[in-house]
Amino acid sequence: MRFQFVLSEILTGLRRNTAMTVSVVLVTFVSLVFVGAGALLQMQIGALKDYWYDRVEVSIFLCTDSSEAPTCIDGEVSQTQRDAVVAALQAPPLDTYVQSYEFESKAEAFARFQEQFADTTIGAAATEDQLNESYRVKLVDPTDFDVVAQYFTGTPGVEEVLDQRRLLDRFFAVLNVFTLVAGGFALVMIVAAALLIATTIRLSAFNRRRETGIMRLVGASKGVIQLPFLLEGVIAAVIGAGLASGALWAAVRYGVQGWLTSTLPLFNWISTREVFVVAPVLFGIGVLLAGVSSVVTLSRYLKV
Amino acid sequence: MIRFDGVTKTYPRSAQPALADVTLDVGRGDFVFLVGSSGSGKSTFLRLVLREDVPTSGTVRVAGRDVARLSSWKVPHLRRQIGTVFQDFRLLANKNVFENVAFALQVIGKPRHHIAQVVPETLELVGLRDKARRLPHELSGGEQQRVAVARAFVNRPVILLADEPTGNLDPETSRGIMRLLDRINRTGTTVVMATHDTSIVDEARKRVVALSHGRIIRDDAQGLYDSGAVPAVGPMASRRSPAATS
Repeated sequence: MRFQFVLSEILTGLRRNTAMTVSVVLVTFVSLVFVGAGALLQMQIGALKDYWYDRVEVSIFLCTDSSEAPTCIDGEVSQTQRDAVVAALQAPPLDTYVQSYEFESKAEAFARFQEQFADTTIGAAATEDQLNESYRVKLVDPTDFDVVAQYFTGTPGVEEVLDQRRLLDRFFAVLNVFTLVAGGFALVMIVAAALLIATTIRLSAFNRRRETGIMRLVGASKGVIQLPFLLEGVIAAVIGAGLASGALWAAVRYGVQGWLTSTLPLFNWISTREVFVVAPVLFGIGVLLAGVSSVVTLSRYLKV
Repeated sequence: MIRFDGVTKTYPRSAQPALADVTLDVGRGDFVFLVGSSGSGKSTFLRLVLREDVPTSGTVRVAGRDVARLSSWKVPHLRRQIGTVFQDFRLLANKNVFENVAFALQVIGKPRHHIAQVVPETLELVGLRDKARRLPHELSGGEQQRVAVARAFVNRPVILLADEPTGNLDPETSRGIMRLLDRINRTGTTVVMATHDTSIVDEARKRVVALSHGRIIRDDAQGLYDSGAVPAVGPMASRRSPAATS
């Protein structure tokens, strides 16, 4: 009886307050979409890092005729200088950091260049001579780049040591900014949602002050009086969280899996599996948000 | 049943106490009229019994328990033993008569079969059995007050508090409500009725406690509204009650 009673009270409250309930649902929905989008973006960054950090290399570019670095004073790299680089990679102290290395000749570099910049003016204008020979070094731990870079700095015949990770990090930095922006919006929207829930419940308590007054008088317990209001907020927030999860699922299913994965298949994209990890968190945040703002509001505006 | 012992209640931001050193004993099954002008302390007295407030000093004991020392989660249990009726009925406009009375039992978690049995019995007692499906606005003022009495009494409280229950009713209807409260009193329920209604008090010849400026100025076993006044009977007696509205 008590459960049924509480349920009917909730429905009455939600119906009487339709506009406010809908606004709570929408605001919770938007704020949780931002929270979820931020979380999914971080997971995407994680997935990309795992994928690319395994594949990135340190490139040791050797001197060409036209190199202007001080270490290239003798012009084109000599065979002795090449051997010295190879010997250094195989001997202590570097050998413990290096997993493997590969030599890339001018011809190979040119082929790769042509492939990357096919159909562009840069691709058409480049000649094989302008490109560097290089050693592509895979490190045991990609973060040990500085050890290799410092070792070869000043070595004759080495023009530049380049860490591909640096390039990726710039890309990840941009994604991190997006996460921060999403997080910022989420924060503002969550504050708005909390205040809106508080206002809705206050209004609801005011609308039903006659009922609650009678309940108090006939000796209803605090729980029976406050629970309908609390659950009203929680139910609205849960619907908002449900909508947010659905929207994120659709975005990942049709946006990421349906479009990005086929457009840029080289990347390691997140899937709807990640959405199912994020969704319970969104529901948790929604319930917590509604619960806390309800309890605070009720303790102030609904005397028991 | 209700015992006030040197009770003083001073509200914040008020120099005058609403009740000053009130000592009073209302026994089980008593019927007491609480009379006095507005601001004499009648409402404060009822609020203290209901534990809407706690006394500034002195002790209030209701059904053997010191209400000031009752923990807040036990207050609902105290209130389940007290029925309350107000001048303005306080019915729920969107619920019919049956639902209004049943509401008092639903919110304290009574089982459905209990409600289905007790509510019709109580409506029978107040004479509204055939109007169970009516909404409050379809009833006269007197009938609405009967619904309020039914709601107050449906859980068989040991105490019934009535705060100006006839304040909005014409003299004849008021007598009907009075007879109803008297009948409830005869089931063993202690009734405390705060009122301005001279004729009701004078006709009933029950215990009268008069308050003035928060103090008890009179406590007569079979009293009249005004001490020394001739018992007033008849149409002129209603001059002290507000104009009938229904």
